[in-house]
Amino acid sequence: MTETEFLNWVRGPGMQIALAVFIVGMVYRVLENYLIGRKQSLAEPRGSEWTHGVGTMWRRSFTRAKLTTRGYVTLVAGYIFHIAFLVTLFFLAQHVEMFRSLLGFGWPALPPLLITITAVLGIAALLALLAHRLTDPVKRMLSDYQDYLTWFLTFFPLITGFLLINRVGIPYKTLLATHILSFELLLIAIPFTKLSHIITTFISRWYNGAIAGVKGVQS
Amino acid sequence: MSTSLERGIRTWVAQIDAPIASFFTSCVHCGICADACLFFTETGDPKYTPIHKLEPMRRVWQQEYTFWGRLAKRLGFSKPVTEDELKEWEPLVYDSCTLCGRCSMVCPVGNDITYMIRKMREGMVAAGYAPEGLKAATSRSIRIGSPMGVRLPALQAQIKAAEAETGLTVPLDQEGADYLMLLSSAEIMQFSEIISAVTRIFDEAKVSWTLASKAFEATNSGMQIGSSDLAAQLVQRIVDAAEALKVKYVISPECGHAYTALRWEGPNLVGRAYPFKVIHILELLDELRAEGRLKTDGFEDQRVTFHDPCQIVRRGGIVEPPRNLLNMVAKDFVEMEEHGIMNWCCGGGGGVSANERADPIRRKAFDRKKHQLEGMGVAKLVTACSNCRNMLEEGLEDNHLDEDIEVVGLAEMLAEHLAVSNRADTGESTSTAKE
Amino acid sequence: MKDTRTVGEILSSQGISRRGFLKFCAATASMMAMPPSMVPAVAQALSNARRPSVIWLSFQECTGCTESLTRSHSPTLEGLLFDSISLDYHHTLQVAAGSAAEEAREHAMQENDGSYLVVVDGSIPLGNPGYSTIAGISNVDMLKETAAGAAAIVAVGTCAAFGGIPHANPNPTGAVAVSDIIKDKPIINVSGCPPIPIVITGVLAHYLTFGKVPELDDLGRPTAFFGQTIHDRCYRRPFYDKGLFAETFDDEGAQQGWCLYKLGCKGPVTYNACAVSKWNSGTSFPIQSGHGCFGCSEPDFWDSGGFYRPLSATTADVGTLAGVAALAGAAAGAAIGRMNRSHRARAQARHEKLTIDDIEES
Repeated sequence: MTETEFLNWVRGPGMQIALAVFIVGMVYRVLENYLIGRKQSLAEPRGSEWTHGVGTMWRRSFTRAKLTTRGYVTLVAGYIFHIAFLVTLFFLAQHVEMFRSLLGFGWPALPPLLITITAVLGIAALLALLAHRLTDPVKRMLSDYQDYLTWFLTFFPLITGFLLINRVGIPYKTLLATHILSFELLLIAIPFTKLSHIITTFISRWYNGAIAGVKGVQS
Repeated sequence: MSTSLERGIRTWVAQIDAPIASFFTSCVHCGICADACLFFTETGDPKYTPIHKLEPMRRVWQQEYTFWGRLAKRLGFSKPVTEDELKEWEPLVYDSCTLCGRCSMVCPVGNDITYMIRKMREGMVAAGYAPEGLKAATSRSIRIGSPMGVRLPALQAQIKAAEAETGLTVPLDQEGADYLMLLSSAEIMQFSEIISAVTRIFDEAKVSWTLASKAFEATNSGMQIGSSDLAAQLVQRIVDAAEALKVKYVISPECGHAYTALRWEGPNLVGRAYPFKVIHILELLDELRAEGRLKTDGFEDQRVTFHDPCQIVRRGGIVEPPRNLLNMVAKDFVEMEEHGIMNWCCGGGGGVSANERADPIRRKAFDRKKHQLEGMGVAKLVTACSNCRNMLEEGLEDNHLDEDIEVVGLAEMLAEHLAVSNRADTGESTSTAKE
Repeated sequence: MKDTRTVGEILSSQGISRRGFLKFCAATASMMAMPPSMVPAVAQALSNARRPSVIWLSFQECTGCTESLTRSHSPTLEGLLFDSISLDYHHTLQVAAGSAAEEAREHAMQENDGSYLVVVDGSIPLGNPGYSTIAGISNVDMLKETAAGAAAIVAVGTCAAFGGIPHANPNPTGAVAVSDIIKDKPIINVSGCPPIPIVITGVLAHYLTFGKVPELDDLGRPTAFFGQTIHDRCYRRPFYDKGLFAETFDDEGAQQGWCLYKLGCKGPVTYNACAVSKWNSGTSFPIQSGHGCFGCSEPDFWDSGGFYRPLSATTADVGTLAGVAALAGAAAGAAIGRMNRSHRARAQARHEKLTIDDIEES
């Protein structure tokens, strides 16, 4: 496969495959879980499942507890990573154009310099999180191959994107194709790994909020 | 039919529901839940990480409820849950988890880990892996009626003492009363002053209430050990008594898990909504306060703080009432740094206090509470759960703080300050604290 | 017929001064990224080179390449260099026709066997030999026959280099590039639709100077001209770096000369010298005139997702796909979800009440 064929493939069929797998996988994953069902509580509720459920979907983005040092490392690096990754993904002009081609609409982009900063922050945060995962006893115990695989799949688009913006040696065409491919691999991996938390987090938060909400507590 | 690994796994298959599937799916192995758990923070041992305590059930979920897990199971690639694992996990699930619910409040992806542990215990007990102490307590609850083996005569003796002390009648089995008051066995055996306290308060507030000889025990070891079947039996006794006495309300006493068992799990355990309402004693007292039916005299002259019982506050939703009530009688009421729905557990909830094997780790975990209290300068530690109260007293004693800090039940403290109308005996009645 | 004069002699006989010749040599050397010290050597070599015999084969093409190379502006040194080679066969330019023309080709091949250059423009149809023939000879046969005795082949234009427009989907003639057919001769691809005149003369000059094929990239293009992308050398690059993009062809950004990325410019993935050498005597090039680069010097440029679609945009239609995928996911999820539900219900139905005896025994 030539460079051009590679690029054309990732821009076309590759993206179709990735999106198809992502959509099929996530819809499937959510239903597979949801349809197991749950018992509606017969206890007289003190609060609303819905308002508390929706409230927790948002509130749980912030922590209420005091953590230990190891918790704060996760928290701070986690925040930086998520914000940096999302800003980079959604607000680089080139990415907005990709979304426009997928969704039919776009939105204003942020200056490339800012995105370079967020990309660097994202990369740095991911490296810190990897180092922490390898050294923190709790995380090391909890981790399996998936944690490292998903780390790599998340790191890959960030680093190729960074190289792409900053043109370090590698031919642009190959790098662009590799970058797009890295995003597609990430999309494909989402439904099969813990990365599906990008969707299921909100479902889990809803359940958490609803379970507490019935008792009148905003969790 | 005896307990077995197979029965345990089947129980998990029956217990796993959509929320649990979603929780397991969402976990990103960030380990933040560890920081919310006093068994981890006080030992630093990673095995106490809350989500890790669910590993066997997670594998059952994966093998039974996910496409890939099923496929792997069919092809023989998956690792079945073994007896050895359950043996290894038993102390994690029972000795080092109080179902306090703090991890459920911090999980960034929103996993209600406590909800999962509760179900984890269902499978553990069905597989035959539960601590001896908790099994014995459950046995006494079912066979005798109380985890501490308290029988009716013991209650009757305490009633007699309370009547003598207050000069009031303690109603027993009074049909048609509005409220059926329950007690925990710890209250009957150790903190019986609560009986006098509520008798006086209800008398002042003109609350129509009664105790029931067939259902005086509020605690529910069945829920703690994780058996819904046994928990249902225990709840059923209360439901039967309440229906027989035709009460409108059942009062859950100052006992954490009793409230969860009766108020939130109960209707689901017995399979129908109650014809009566369940109200916590703190809720009732706060209502009486709001209605002006509960009046107090004077204030505590020392600094007091409140220890939130997990099952009443964080997992029960009664956050403001204890504070409203404390403010009636304490001028110097200060909050611990993390309080309310983020309070730290006493270390003995969720059946841990009934499990002697857990004593060492429970006592170690109390360091968390000790640190919380350090430098606060409180003379009284008020709480609203007799189990917490026991744990706090014991922990303070272990740390030689019992001289400085007295542990008090909230209802009792209110009763001490009860403003008495002219018809009753004059002078402040000070109930004698029993050690 | 055979002219044995050197290139230098021919040029001076045509009134090109030594100074003019050196200027050409310097320009050629600089385009090929040679150090200035090489200019005298180039001039020396070129002056003394024998004019080589060149056979120009035109297959499935539009004559745009020839137009570009010979008629773009005149008189030029590039054009004169063409005059200085012995263009023994070229459909468009030669006077001879019919069998005489073919004879000229055969004659040149015999006389210069092993040393002549073959220049090809246009792609070669493999689908049916009848799609394109010259004097009854199919393109593929003529190419093979002519290439056999060649010293090297220069594939001029994207069609000859990569198949070009005839090769574009659905490629009805089965068009292929020279390199798809000829495997045993050095091939220099001078791609572009059309290629830049100085690139072809530069390549010829290099060949005449050094007697060998210049350094090529992995697509067989001389790195001297195809070593950098249009984007690398684009004068609008600072706008790209600042994130200033024209959104339409007539908006404020377009008028300000901002980057044309969003309008589909393929500059970042197109290797060519347009941004440096420009066109029409260095007057301008597409981006300078306000239109994004097509990427015409790249393989499959016609099939790379549309000229006006940004590089980062997905080229495939995903709307229907997304809908189908969601439905498929929903169907699969519903099926397995129902299985899950009944799996749970069965486990619940099989549940036997745990008794206190069970627990006490355990």
